[in-house]
Amino acid sequence: MKENTNPEDIVSEYKYGFSDTEKSVIRFDNGLSEQVVRDISELKNEPNWMTELRVKAYHHFLERPMPKWGNEEMLNNIDFEAITYFLKSSDKTEKNWDDVPEEIKNTFDRLGIPEAEQKWLGGVTAQYESEAVYHSIREDLESQGVIFLDMDSGLREHEELVKKYFCTVVPYTDNKFSALNTAVWSGGSFIYVPKGVHVEMPVQAYFRINAKNMGQFERTLIIADEGSSINYVEGCTAPAYSTESLHSAVVELIAHDDAKIRYSTVQNWSNNVYNLVTKRGVAYKNSTIEWIDGNIGSKLTMKYPAVILKGQGSHAEVISVAYASEGMHQDAGSKIHHLASNTTSNILSKSISKNGGRSSYRGLVQVSKKANNCKSNVICDALLLDEESQSDTYPTMEVSNSSFDIQHEASVAKVSEEQLFYLMSRGHSEQEAMSMVVNGFFEPFTRELPMEYAVELNRLLEIEMEGSIG
Amino acid sequence: MTTKKVSLLEVSNLHVSVEGTQIIKGLDLVINLGEIHAIMGRNGSGKSTLANVLMGHPAYEITKGEIQFIGKDLLEYSVDERAKAGMFLSFQYPMAIPGVQVGNFLRKSVSAISDVKLSAKEFRILLKEKMSDLEIDKSFLSRYVNDGFSGGEKKRMEILQLLLLNPKLAILDETDSGLDVDALKLVSEGINSVAKYAGCLVITHYQRLLELVKPDIVHIMIDGKIVKTGGPELAIDVENKGYDWLEVKA
Repeated sequence: MKENTNPEDIVSEYKYGFSDTEKSVIRFDNGLSEQVVRDISELKNEPNWMTELRVKAYHHFLERPMPKWGNEEMLNNIDFEAITYFLKSSDKTEKNWDDVPEEIKNTFDRLGIPEAEQKWLGGVTAQYESEAVYHSIREDLESQGVIFLDMDSGLREHEELVKKYFCTVVPYTDNKFSALNTAVWSGGSFIYVPKGVHVEMPVQAYFRINAKNMGQFERTLIIADEGSSINYVEGCTAPAYSTESLHSAVVELIAHDDAKIRYSTVQNWSNNVYNLVTKRGVAYKNSTIEWIDGNIGSKLTMKYPAVILKGQGSHAEVISVAYASEGMHQDAGSKIHHLASNTTSNILSKSISKNGGRSSYRGLVQVSKKANNCKSNVICDALLLDEESQSDTYPTMEVSNSSFDIQHEASVAKVSEEQLFYLMSRGHSEQEAMSMVVNGFFEPFTRELPMEYAVELNRLLEIEMEGSIG
Repeated sequence: MTTKKVSLLEVSNLHVSVEGTQIIKGLDLVINLGEIHAIMGRNGSGKSTLANVLMGHPAYEITKGEIQFIGKDLLEYSVDERAKAGMFLSFQYPMAIPGVQVGNFLRKSVSAISDVKLSAKEFRILLKEKMSDLEIDKSFLSRYVNDGFSGGEKKRMEILQLLLLNPKLAILDETDSGLDVDALKLVSEGINSVAKYAGCLVITHYQRLLELVKPDIVHIMIDGKIVKTGGPELAIDVENKGYDWLEVKA
């Protein structure tokens, strides 16, 4: 029996919405120009090809119109001039916990990271104001030849690998925000798993936005070589700020033949953050890519983890949950491209809307002409907690091969008075009863997470249910 | 009838309506500790309404009357407070709670209601014992609460909760429906073990449960009122003669 739905047993106190005093060493002025892009690159001592790539991406960003879908109104409210594009809070990347500045440690302390690390972490990069300040790699990872670095160090130390794969899965021309990220990226993780190596423990990173108007443009690249496997986990708890923030990350995954990558995310951005992320993986022969994606906060999330099933027999799995409360719009889903025969995909999407929040499922399943005997199973479940909240679905299918087998189910439900009555008759308050129903609804997602994340997510939802009972 | 009785529940002149329709029209009922009461009646007579009202279902409006539970005004209590005060309802139609595992749910419920704080180990031992009494398989614990359960499984789940939660007053709403003979026997044994030290209100259509759970007092309910109260023989009369002969009197 799994015990990870008993948060009280593990965490006695959960706090979020705090922030340390800003303490930046170098901070650029607000706004973006070609010069700012060049300055970022120069400051990082990057090779010329990266500088030029950034500049090209910057110009593409300028020319590229804003998407006309998702939530246009909210998108058009983003003031790109009011955003700081680079901020460095610590001079060098730390490897030793003792060397991490005290103030930053305090923040992590309240997130429970040091303790969690002892038990769980295979290595930590903690993104703090744009750049990794703490980065530890367990000896067993290093001895297996696994490279786990922040992206900046990855570029410095493994330039050829980065050059080979960077921007190949998500080109800067993909969309306006992938262009912006490519122009100003900073931080993120770089991971290479050699042939046949299985990283047993989840490899984890925490990201936070902690400076006013701070944009976070982290860039993550994970390469799993033939027959290898890795389970990568990231989590975010953002402090609440009154001005708008932009988070626009790009994540690229490459699963070579027979490899397996699982990428899990739990995000709890404060409700003023625009979370516009491009996540895509390419799966070669008989490989598997899994996106486990939880979006709890933010003002607007537009995120559709994608898998290109390029090799025969490859498999994609996307399990996502979204929680939208007052003033929030979660526009999330998934894209699967079946390009080769005998490829399979499963999409499970669950959303909860509360206090007038809006959740949208936007999904694409595409099958190319030459891809025979492919299968896809899509399930979207929405739970509405009140009358004012909204849920909508935009499923798209582009199938050019008649042997394709697809199952699609969609449901919208409400928490019933009868369910709450039943739970309350067993001694649970109305709020506890609501939390149970909500946590239960997300359980197919939560059970896929490492325990501490499951606990944090359950706890977050319990906090969210506070004051939800009239 | 000379020993001193401890009153658990006192319902007086209860009137209940739902969405403007009066369902219960002046009902009186007193249940003392250690007594088993049965309420019999046709569909729509208001039996289940009474059960739900006692537990505090929000859809019902009490337009008149009083309910005292262990000397306190029950109407001041929320549903969970009633549960904590020692009231238990075995549901006619228990709700499915997808994603919530039976094991976790039972543990949380016991810790919400029980005065004695059990360690994880103590709870497991207790749970194992009660499950074995009801011949419930261990695999039950990792299933989701009532989700995809058969009618019989749902009823066993209710009785398992009854045994774990140790209420002072157990209300059993049509607990016998959907049970085969063997399951009925196990469930009855469970009810009888609780009835030794609690009060029981058994709501049923049929005599067959009452052969196994012997009531001290039988009430017949017609059109929102108790029209006749008697001993166990009254249940047999109803089984033989139906309700029509009582209706004339009503």
